[in-house]
Amino acid sequence: MGLELLVASAIGILTAAGVYLTLRLRTFPVILGISLLTYAVNVFLFASGRLSVGAPPILTDATVYTDPLPQALVLTAIVISFGMTAVVVMIALGAYLGANDDSIDDPIATADDQVEDQA
Amino acid sequence: MSLFLVVALPFLGALLPGLMNNAGRQACAGVTFTVSLAAFIGLLTNLPAVLAGEVVMTGVNWLPSLGLNVNLMLDGLGFFFALLILGIGLLIITYARFYLSRDDNMGEFFTYLLLFQGAMVGIVLSDNILLLLVFWELTSLSSFLLIGYWKHLPAGRQGARMALAVTGMGGLALIGGMLILGNIAGSYDLSVILQNRELIQESPLYLPALLLILLGCFTKSAQFPFHFWLPHAMAAPTPVSAYLHSATMVKAGIFLMARLWPVLSGTPEWFVIVTSAGLITMVLGAVIALFKHDLKALLAFSTVSHLGLITMLLGTGTAFGAMAAVFHILNHATFKAALFMSAGIVDHEAHTRDIRRLGGLRHLMPITFVIATLAALSMAGIPFLNGFLSKEMMLEEANHTILFDTPWLVPTLAVIGSLFSAAYCFRLIGHTFLGKVRDDYPATPHDPGFGMWGPPALLVVLVVMIGCAPFLAEPFVKLVTAAVLGEAAEVPKAYFKIWHGLVPALYMSIAAVVGGLIVLTLFKPLLRVWDAAPRPEAKTIFEAIIAASVSLSRGLIHGLHNGAFSRYAAIAAVTITAAGYHAWSTGTIGAPTRSPQPAGAVEIAGWIMLVAATCGLVFLHRNRLLSLILIGIVGLMVSIGFVFFSAPDLAMTQITVEVVTIILLLLALNFLPNRTPIQSSVLRRVRDVAVALAAGGATFVMAYYFLLREAVTTPISEFHLANSYKGGGGTNVVNVILVDFRGFDTFGEIIVLGIAALLIYALTETLLNGPVRARLLNRKPDQPRAGDMHPMMMVVLTRVIMPVVLLVGFYIFLRGHNEPGGGFIAGLIVSIGVVMQYMASGFAWTSARLRYPYHGIIGAGVLIAGLTGIGSWFVNKPFLTSDFTYVRIPPFEKFELATAALFDLGVFLAVVGAVMLSLESFSRLARRAHVKDSEHPMDIDPSRDPADPTSPKTEGV
Repeated sequence: MGLELLVASAIGILTAAGVYLTLRLRTFPVILGISLLTYAVNVFLFASGRLSVGAPPILTDATVYTDPLPQALVLTAIVISFGMTAVVVMIALGAYLGANDDSIDDPIATADDQVEDQA
Repeated sequence: MSLFLVVALPFLGALLPGLMNNAGRQACAGVTFTVSLAAFIGLLTNLPAVLAGEVVMTGVNWLPSLGLNVNLMLDGLGFFFALLILGIGLLIITYARFYLSRDDNMGEFFTYLLLFQGAMVGIVLSDNILLLLVFWELTSLSSFLLIGYWKHLPAGRQGARMALAVTGMGGLALIGGMLILGNIAGSYDLSVILQNRELIQESPLYLPALLLILLGCFTKSAQFPFHFWLPHAMAAPTPVSAYLHSATMVKAGIFLMARLWPVLSGTPEWFVIVTSAGLITMVLGAVIALFKHDLKALLAFSTVSHLGLITMLLGTGTAFGAMAAVFHILNHATFKAALFMSAGIVDHEAHTRDIRRLGGLRHLMPITFVIATLAALSMAGIPFLNGFLSKEMMLEEANHTILFDTPWLVPTLAVIGSLFSAAYCFRLIGHTFLGKVRDDYPATPHDPGFGMWGPPALLVVLVVMIGCAPFLAEPFVKLVTAAVLGEAAEVPKAYFKIWHGLVPALYMSIAAVVGGLIVLTLFKPLLRVWDAAPRPEAKTIFEAIIAASVSLSRGLIHGLHNGAFSRYAAIAAVTITAAGYHAWSTGTIGAPTRSPQPAGAVEIAGWIMLVAATCGLVFLHRNRLLSLILIGIVGLMVSIGFVFFSAPDLAMTQITVEVVTIILLLLALNFLPNRTPIQSSVLRRVRDVAVALAAGGATFVMAYYFLLREAVTTPISEFHLANSYKGGGGTNVVNVILVDFRGFDTFGEIIVLGIAALLIYALTETLLNGPVRARLLNRKPDQPRAGDMHPMMMVVLTRVIMPVVLLVGFYIFLRGHNEPGGGFIAGLIVSIGVVMQYMASGFAWTSARLRYPYHGIIGAGVLIAGLTGIGSWFVNKPFLTSDFTYVRIPPFEKFELATAALFDLGVFLAVVGAVMLSLESFSRLARRAHVKDSEHPMDIDPSRDPADPTSPKTEGV
């Protein structure tokens, strides 16, 4: 079994689990799902530099280095995704505290919403 | 004056009336007048050049890649319209000063008016058609604002919406048409487009472009079947009706037809569409106008009719027709604006505009009577007034125009139109001013002050002057006509004369005037017939169409966008997977170029742990606390994966972010229910599993395929690896990329992070100040709390470890440029150290020892990073160019000083500030929720039993 297969399947499994949890109906599993998707995306981007073992992009006497650019991009992505998660959690919390309900789907629009400005 | 300034002055000036609103009505109108006057004078300074036949051009490249440039052009046609807009604008401003009552917000009115004026001047001076489109939309918007100026009147609001809907729709069509036109000509500059008549007319896209452009012009200029919005726009204050809806804006469509006349006209399509639309509008407008009782409605339909006349003249495609059109634009602007202002005076003084309630005003308002009568007679086509001249030219042109192979069709319709036109003019004079003085006017009418009658009087002087001495206007009209015709045709030699001899046009003219008088004598029986006849009401049709499209889009939106997040997510996942599948099945995939690397037992074990944790998370996600532990394992395994695959920086970042994320989720879980109830049906879960498996499978296949193939081209990382040490002075290439090569990206990212933290802070504040606050304060914890809120072991440990954490952070920060580490990671490590203090010693204890607010730390970080970048400007380098040098201070070893380190310090501070502000906000929710925080660690919380409400919560010492 190759390392590539392991990494690719890990990405796939993380994505599938992330999508499934994102489709749940309560805020908390959706947040977990988005976090899993974040892992999947970060690893996917990182893997776009191809996999190398024992070749960190720290300049030494070595001749082969792994691709540093995806790493730099993913590094900021990890930090930004923390910010994003925090905001989403805050919104979920606000919604729950405000309505005492952590359902994610709005009720289907009722007749009240259809009253429009007849000015 | 530069054309830029002429266009910009009204826009800049639009700021002033609002500011002057409190300085009094005089000052407010005065400043508006001054701004317009300055633009007017600026325009006049270009007169010599225009008279010399030059085309004044000026331009700045704005978005050259899109062909959108601020190119302005002033030729005869543009000058003519700009003169009308600014000149009549001055009169209207004067008039409006006295027309508006004390209750009206004058600053708002004049702001809108100047906005409109600038947009309109922009249209007529634009060389670039994309720029023209921008101004075009601006006129629709400002017209909307002005029609709806009296917000308390439902008619105003409805009229404004109708005008915006119709002209906005036309504007959309126009955008399409202009884009096609520019595409055919290969340039969006009019000066180029106008040179390409053959190219455009031979293009297969000529017809769609023509139709779309005409749609824009017809809606704007209220041509049949889009004429219905204009009368409803009369709900606006009269100065607006006189200015926008008679003299200027409604002529924008005509202007555009004239502007594009050299390239669009002369084809059978143009001739049939434009001429027949113009004819129908002319006759229809004139007939309806006769039976309107509201003075402004009558004038509105007469405007529609005259616009139709001008359109018809442009449609004929002959040089004489174009000249007659130009002349009639001038004449119509003068007499119609004067008439509107007179109608406004009558309304203002008699408090009604209903013709049936008026009559005999001749004796009460002699000045207004003279002004209105002269203007109306001009409109009716009576000799020695300017309307007669252009109407004769129109009849002459109609006499030579053969539409649908029927020689009598156009002349007959032209006479009918003129006949009704004469009739409503006579009715206007006869039923409003002549007749007996009545004693039942709503208010006693009398002539207004000079401020109100002066502007229309000035226009009527022009009416008479041009009417008696047409040779005065001739050179100017011919100059404008030459600009309209361009190189497509020669200016006709015909002279402007009152007496042309016994030509057919004269007989047609006489027939129209006499017929008009006869119709007026038969008005009463005709009105009965008219009132009895069934007619389609345009407004009802329009509202039915609007209602139908609203219900259609509502149906569509409620189907797709019903507020269910999970539905959007599912649609997105399926769509993306399907798009990927499509690309996959239609593209070509080469053979693998990389051989798989063998995986050992340890790697497989790691993979199994990751997969087991992920699957466990899916199955056990209803237990929320447990799922946090599982997601922690996933994060840990991802970090280990990064270490294994040569990404130490990523591993360090991932593991520190993991810690703060888990703390954050724990804090959130404090408020949320502990379990997720089972809600979705089995069917739904099966559907979700299918979507998830499709998405996961697709990602797996894609990742697996590209991992076994080399990149198609050499990655740009070669450059980074080669220049990291030489140019950036660091051996850790990832860090050099972050702070140097792609420093601007990083700069943006720390700003985003800071904004996210501020957003969380703001949301917390909103929650704490809203109705949620009470719920938070009364909340009962659903699990027993720990007896010792601040365990002694933990307090001691965290305080002892704090300096060590700071030292580690400092070390990681310093070595970042050459070894794994850097600002991001150091920031996260320090944040974790501080968070541990909060957790161990309590919120109050920690915040009391906090010297700087976290907002300030975020700001300082962004500022330091930004200033570091700006610093490179002083040595004439682009933003964020880094520099470094090596320093040796005995007895230390030689070390490196880089500006990138300063930038990294900014990153560090921003990360610390953002992470701490987010976590602190969350814990503030918790803090206010229960017991007052204790100053002393190692306290025993007497309120730990939630079942005992009597326990004193504040004595937790």
